Amino acid sequence: MDVLTLLGQLLNSTLVFSTALIFTALGGIFSERSGVVNIGLEGLMIFGAFAAGVGTYYAQEAGMGSAAPWVGVICAIFVGILGSLIHALASVTFKADQTISGIVINFLAAGLTLFIVKLLFDGSAETPLIKVFHKQAIPLLRDIPIIGEGFFNAYPTTYLALILVAVAFYVLYKTPFGLRLRSVGEYPGAADTLGVNVSRMRYIGVMISGALAGLGGATITLTTTSLFSHNTISGQGYIAIAAMIFGKWNPVGAFGAAMFFGFSQAIRNYVQLFEWSRSIPQEFIFMIPYVLTIIVLVSAVGRASAPSALGTPYDPSKR
Amino acid sequence: MNKLRKIFTLDSLVVPLVAIVLGLIVGALVMLLGNYNPIEAYSALIKRVVGSPYHVGETIRQVTPLIFTGLAVAFAFRSGMFNIGADGQVLIGMTTATAVSLSLDGVHALVSVPLAVIAGGLAGGCWAAIAGFLKAKRGINEVITTIMLNWVALYFSNYIIRHFFLLKGQNRSEDIQASASMTFLSSIFDNARVHWGTVIALIAAAFFYIYLWKTKQGYEMRAVGFNQHAAEYAGMNVGRNVIKAMFISGVFAGLAGTFEVLGVFHFQSVFAASPGYGFDGIAVALLGMNHPIGVVFAAILYGGLTYGSAGMSFAAGVPPELIKIIIGSIIFFIAAQGIVRFILKPFYLKRKKEKVL
Repeated sequence: MDVLTLLGQLLNSTLVFSTALIFTALGGIFSERSGVVNIGLEGLMIFGAFAAGVGTYYAQEAGMGSAAPWVGVICAIFVGILGSLIHALASVTFKADQTISGIVINFLAAGLTLFIVKLLFDGSAETPLIKVFHKQAIPLLRDIPIIGEGFFNAYPTTYLALILVAVAFYVLYKTPFGLRLRSVGEYPGAADTLGVNVSRMRYIGVMISGALAGLGGATITLTTTSLFSHNTISGQGYIAIAAMIFGKWNPVGAFGAAMFFGFSQAIRNYVQLFEWSRSIPQEFIFMIPYVLTIIVLVSAVGRASAPSALGTPYDPSKR
Repeated sequence: MNKLRKIFTLDSLVVPLVAIVLGLIVGALVMLLGNYNPIEAYSALIKRVVGSPYHVGETIRQVTPLIFTGLAVAFAFRSGMFNIGADGQVLIGMTTATAVSLSLDGVHALVSVPLAVIAGGLAGGCWAAIAGFLKAKRGINEVITTIMLNWVALYFSNYIIRHFFLLKGQNRSEDIQASASMTFLSSIFDNARVHWGTVIALIAAAFFYIYLWKTKQGYEMRAVGFNQHAAEYAGMNVGRNVIKAMFISGVFAGLAGTFEVLGVFHFQSVFAASPGYGFDGIAVALLGMNHPIGVVFAAILYGGLTYGSAGMSFAAGVPPELIKIIIGSIIFFIAAQGIVRFILKPFYLKRKKEKVL
């Protein structure tokens, strides 16, 4: 295999691993930029993966054919938003500790989804195998060396993720809505004085994070596992949180960080192709992404800069 | 002033209790929606937990690591940090205890067990201190580092077990002879796996309280937790406190793992995925409102529900996942105290009037 195709394939599987992380990290940015910590991304992904599995299954049963996965995606977005509303209700309306209410989401998601799956599928702890997305090459563009194989022969969800990075950046930095969202996360008192509805902005931020994390969870069901079970997500949400912080709460930065995590997962499959890697215990190869992350963080200059009102419920009487 | 304090102490007791009741009601509603009988399920749960001496002993076994991990997370919280990495610290403590006891095979248990316990605790502490160190020196968010270290700990532990202590043909370590079981209690608890870890866990809870609220070092740690900048301005060394707090937090978690291998399993498995001790610890810490006494009670609640869930699913056919929904709801109601206060309001006012009379 020549180097160019190898690099192309490496890039391609990097994107497969990264897509869900990109969605979820983008979602995290919207929530945290509005000032609401979202440690519940893991749970929201579980909700999404679950809804995608169940939704696609029933759409398939209803004879929707190749449109079925898209029904799954829509279900995932919807259920993700519903899940995030619990978080918003507790942390914005009732001013609960945001970390705690995020953990609540993780617990409820892990419990509710499996509970419902067992109810629907006669006690089975996983959904049946479902129809999933297939890679779709874009004509012409896919003939570009490396990038063609890397970017333009991907799952539809991957294209969507790439587009959403640009959209998120535009929305956050170039629109009045984005400015308001960020101002609510930086200095809610000032934003309130200027007539921005702090609670409403935070609700919107959290709901967008629910939609995107649901989409992220759906991506894993619909491109990687083909079914939903208890270990479909297993920690991806936490990695997405790391990607968000690593990317300094910026869509483009988070995209880069998600690509980095995806790359280090992809490379661990490729390293095993080489003879010299046989002498390294596989556990050390598995560790690569996580050790690399810590090393990069240690060597990166500058501290992570979280939105300054992150984690504090807004109380107008303390303005 | 006295009156104020009374209301406060009452509140910190009443709110969790109401939250527990509300959580159980949510669980019952979910069961009704799923066409299960909640009364049957809950009585099966209680029967499983207190039905026989063996089950009581096993519930204590289930509760013990939860006390440790709950204390670990709560201690870090009190010092202003979020230790998501208790999971990894548990694993490292486990692996170290396994390695030490298997290496000291043949040495008298009175020597090897304490050595393994000390080594396991210290190893967990050092593992957590890495995250503390990186936060203190480089300002790296401990949430990321502890998440990453969880995975590193998982694979590292598997490596150690697989390459040095593997039982041939099995996916676990050789059997550990050194044991922290309390054999003299076996007859009382009908051979349930009770062990010294429970005693140590309660001592750890006492240490937690005395250290944080009765010593100068603990005062500094809480000050750093409340307001880093104020603490620094007052001349406290924030970095050192951060590292120390993470270390102590990690020691608690490491001990959880240590006693799981020395007292319960007497071998260590090769884990395919994180065993989840640390995440349970987060829930326990939150349920216990980051207070050592609260953590002990929360661990009993959490451990009891988890252990009882098997009975519930056996007798009433309810999937054990229901327990997670109940625990999630309880934490939700504790966190969103506004809801509880709202529900309590009418009762509350009445009771106050009675007191006046």
